[in-house]
Amino acid sequence: MIITEPKPEEEIKGYLEGFNKIFIIGCGSCATKCETGGEEQVKAMAETLRSWGKEVTGWAVPEECCDYRFLRRDVIRPHKETLEAADAVLVMACGSGVQAVAEVTGKLVVPALNTVFIGVTERLRNFHERCRACGDCLLFYTGGICPVARCAKGLLNGPCGGQANGKCEATQWQTDCAWVLIYERLKEQGRLDLFLKPRLPKDWSAWSKPRERVWR
Amino acid sequence: MAEKPVYSLFMKNLRAGKFVYTGEAEPHKTTDISDLIESFKALKGYVIAINVTDNPTAYAYISSLVASYLIQRETGIEAIYQVTCRDRNRLAITSDLLGAYALGIRNVLALTGDHPCVGDNPQAKPVFDLDSTTLLYLIRRMVDEGVDLAGNKIEHPPKFHVGIAANPNADPIEPELLKIERKVSLGAEFIQTQCIYDIEVAKAFLKEAERWKIPVLIGITPFKSVGMMKYMIQYVPGIKVPKEIQERIIEAKKRGGKEAVYEENIEIFTEMIKELKRTTRLAGCHMMAVGFEWIVPKIIERVEGGRPSYIEAL
Ligand code: SF4
Ligand code: SF4
Repeated sequence: MIITEPKPEEEIKGYLEGFNKIFIIGCGSCATKCETGGEEQVKAMAETLRSWGKEVTGWAVPEECCDYRFLRRDVIRPHKETLEAADAVLVMACGSGVQAVAEVTGKLVVPALNTVFIGVTERLRNFHERCRACGDCLLFYTGGICPVARCAKGLLNGPCGGQANGKCEATQWQTDCAWVLIYERLKEQGRLDLFLKPRLPKDWSAWSKPRERVWR
Repeated sequence: MAEKPVYSLFMKNLRAGKFVYTGEAEPHKTTDISDLIESFKALKGYVIAINVTDNPTAYAYISSLVASYLIQRETGIEAIYQVTCRDRNRLAITSDLLGAYALGIRNVLALTGDHPCVGDNPQAKPVFDLDSTTLLYLIRRMVDEGVDLAGNKIEHPPKFHVGIAANPNADPIEPELLKIERKVSLGAEFIQTQCIYDIEVAKAFLKEAERWKIPVLIGITPFKSVGMMKYMIQYVPGIKVPKEIQERIIEAKKRGGKEAVYEENIEIFTEMIKELKRTTRLAGCHMMAVGFEWIVPKIIERVEGGRPSYIEAL
């Protein structure tokens, strides 16, 4: 899931300066689960905008905000007039969602959230980063623990010298060192041969350009 | 088997089985390192090489390449050019290494580098395109095959001896040992460790190191003051300073102030180095006395009974 968190209200207020009629779009998928762009948060945002003296022309929570098809079905068709009437669209979804709204509606968009990472949900409001979408998954070699996302330096051959008692220097030794976790996992599985094998420099070309996949 | 080629005095002495000492120079945020150079001139004949740090603890300082060159030129002591992966990607590191060889640098220590968030520009984007292991691999390919990481041919490839760091204080120690083993399998030629105060930690590490068959220099960091000792114990994770050493330093301070603390340091590390020389296969010591380099020759003299007898020509 894509983890998002709300931007400070003051920042949003600044973006909306000069715009009076606002349409709000949330997201029925990740941002609903994060409680950052679900129906409840969208309604609360509408109240806030009104308290700033704005007119909320309408709102919608599409099944997924990052999918053009759901945007057409759940936002554009049912809310054509109120959407058109708005000076700006405030989007309570991840960065992909905000861009999808801009592309599909052609409206001026304002992001209401910060997109923070791809991660897992341990329980309500408890998320942990797990993947940086590097384009060349290494998880087989690392016992199913991602060093790209979970080691603060993204090292392929850890642990570094900053590890102490299994904790990481980059968080003042507050979080686990991913490479000690990898060591423990591989040891448990009797696969320390994988740990011992040097990983050669990663091919970042799979990651460092705009990416798209169009399957036929 | 043909003898392995030797490109530096540092390696020549190690290969000849000489017990060697290296120093550590930490150039700061400045354009003038003449004071640093002056303090290292006094170490000529005592240390066989000087490590030059690369933005230690992620502080943005004068380039370690430039400082390595100046220190080597001005002191006549070889530099061990430290390279970290924090600030430069493989392109920048490849260029710097080519430049380093052109400037006469022959020893490199391949490091990962501390995370920018512990440094003086914590907002920086961390690079870590390579890590210490893949950096080592890059250097091996440059030296052994005359190519860069992508396999592009280098005209006049560089010849370096490349070493790695190790942390014998690491807890847990097993992943650290396996990591070193990876690097040895890729062709690391020497090891310099973080500072060690507990002789048992040193002995255990040196025992493990025997199977790697490359020289190990253990890190020695004397205490400049009682305050510095307390700071290290409290803030440097993993550092173990035995009670006995702590008490000796504190006692010395009470007895005779600063001077007695220096003298006690000389005693403590002389005893430790002598004991390790006698009982292990230790190849040398890496002396990190940043800001009070003058203590280094005093310890060395007391251990060796004079200047070490280094081979002075390649
Ligand atoms: S290795 Fe790459 S693809 Fe696999 S989990 Fe990590 S970042 Fe994601
Ligand atoms: S301590 Fe562990 S997780 Fe943190 S940067 Fe070093 S290897 Fe990565």
